[in-house]
Amino acid sequence: MRDPRHVDPRHWGLAALAAVLAVLPFVLPNSFYLDLTIRMAINAIIVLGLNLLIGFAGQISFGHAGFIGIGAYASAVLPTHYGVPPMLALGAGALAAGALAAAVSYPIFKLKGHYLAMATLGLGIILTIAFRNEAALTGGPDGMPVPTLEIFSVALSSDRQWYWVVAAMLVFSVWASLNLIDSPFGRALRALHGSEVASKVVGVDIARYKMAVFVMSAVFASIMGSVSAHYVGFVTPSVSEFFHSIELVTMVVVGGMASVFGSLVGAVLLTALPQLLATFEGWETVAFGGILILFMIVLPRGLVPTLAARLGKGG
Amino acid sequence: MLAEFFQYLFSGFTVGATYAMAALGFTLIYNASNVINFAQGEFIMLGGMLAVLFTQAGLPLPVAVLLAVAVPTLVGVVMEKTVIGPVKGADTVNIIIITIGASLVIRGLVQVTLGKNTRALPAFSGDAPITLLGAVLPSQSLWVTGGTAVVVLGLWYYFSRTMGGKAMLATAINRTAAQLVGINTGWVLTLSFALSAALGALGGVLVTPITMTSYDAGVMLGLKGFVAAVVGGLGNGMGALVGGLLVGVLEAMGAGYLSSAYKDAVPFVLILLILFFMPRGLFSAKTTERV
Repeated sequence: MRDPRHVDPRHWGLAALAAVLAVLPFVLPNSFYLDLTIRMAINAIIVLGLNLLIGFAGQISFGHAGFIGIGAYASAVLPTHYGVPPMLALGAGALAAGALAAAVSYPIFKLKGHYLAMATLGLGIILTIAFRNEAALTGGPDGMPVPTLEIFSVALSSDRQWYWVVAAMLVFSVWASLNLIDSPFGRALRALHGSEVASKVVGVDIARYKMAVFVMSAVFASIMGSVSAHYVGFVTPSVSEFFHSIELVTMVVVGGMASVFGSLVGAVLLTALPQLLATFEGWETVAFGGILILFMIVLPRGLVPTLAARLGKGG
Repeated sequence: MLAEFFQYLFSGFTVGATYAMAALGFTLIYNASNVINFAQGEFIMLGGMLAVLFTQAGLPLPVAVLLAVAVPTLVGVVMEKTVIGPVKGADTVNIIIITIGASLVIRGLVQVTLGKNTRALPAFSGDAPITLLGAVLPSQSLWVTGGTAVVVLGLWYYFSRTMGGKAMLATAINRTAAQLVGINTGWVLTLSFALSAALGALGGVLVTPITMTSYDAGVMLGLKGFVAAVVGGLGNGMGALVGGLLVGVLEAMGAGYLSSAYKDAVPFVLILLILFFMPRGLFSAKTTERV
């Protein structure tokens, strides 16, 4: 029996996160940092979803930015060309991303390892090429502006407003992820990562779980793609590019596979890194690549699980 | 009508030959180490960029070509020694990220030293086009397809007639068994990186007079080489060759008959279809998976 007074240490983490997020806007020196924090939080939510897929279920996706693109372009194209209200467009994007993920998940998840990487990569690239070429709708390679998001007819315009909305979404996503991985669903995912055959033997419906987690992470990505597009106010095909997918996978691995707080750390670090490197003028690509390599060699399991192991606690 | 068809077919063969060389590079490294080297496209780019650099520096073409293949080969060896060798046996995702990191380093260094401009290389044997079955082709096409043919024959000879090649094959089939019979599998890994870098660079040098090149040209070339390798069944040399040509030809046909804007999408649609219906590529043996 669990002691009713016992508080799971991870819920301390959730409380700490909420506390930090509540204080941050009052201590950040200027709007540059507020903007950076908002973008970190958006990435963190996407990475949480991707980590459920990669870290917990053990299924790689090199095309997740494609789903971000679906959300971003749904929020740009539908209100601009068809007068759809932005919230409805966000929902339509999420639905489309979920439907696409569901449709391809059956053939895709028969694949493993490099073949799975190839298939998801292909999906992302096809989407990017479509966004780039359908210039009449999407503005082509130059991109297009995205109208303001209104929630219950309140227009989100200031960075402060955006901050609170995104912070609330982040806390909710962390809370949901923590509960999810402790649920029977989460246990089934981890079982399937450990051994597909063993989990099949004990009655886990592998195909259904893989599809569920893939759809869930795609919907996460699409919604945050919409949010990000509204926040920035502009969208270009680069949101869905291969390199963006790679960045997201890297956030998962650097922070720590199968670690909720690792996802946050990975997103924070790798969102900040290009900003820090921007001063190197031309050398930022070299530095970024070098740091990726170094991380993979020195901390192959990712920051949070490695640190947790050093502190003598479980990941 | 027919001339048009041959036009697409031949230009597809030309580009496909480059994809095939990239795919052979993927295959070599995959067989030696189970690693997919996402920096393969950078070797192609390096070959083209260096050939431009060396010819512009006034070196005679054969010397420039030789150097443009030799330098990337060295880069491949350095890459294996410094970042791949130390993490042998790590997770697939980690190694993939390492190779992507390496590709960023190479691309970044080229960007910083040689700039962002698109570069062109003069054709090896003049600009007069050749006419074949009603199709008009740049003479450089012959260099590309001929070069690929020589490479394929060379590899065939190496793997079937020499000890070094057989050692590589043995390592690909069973690493532990290969070690037991005294094969230096670490050396095989280094050699596979050297060979695949050389293949990629040679493909890059040969195709640059047709396609031109720039610091970021490696991304798409590498990805399409990967598609070609997977189409043929990863790790299968013959498959890589056929896969490369097939991807090139379908891409050219797609560009000609369907839409040139969606040319780059053709290989990826193809790979999705193939993977959906033949999850192990076109040419891989039907094996039962053990658990």
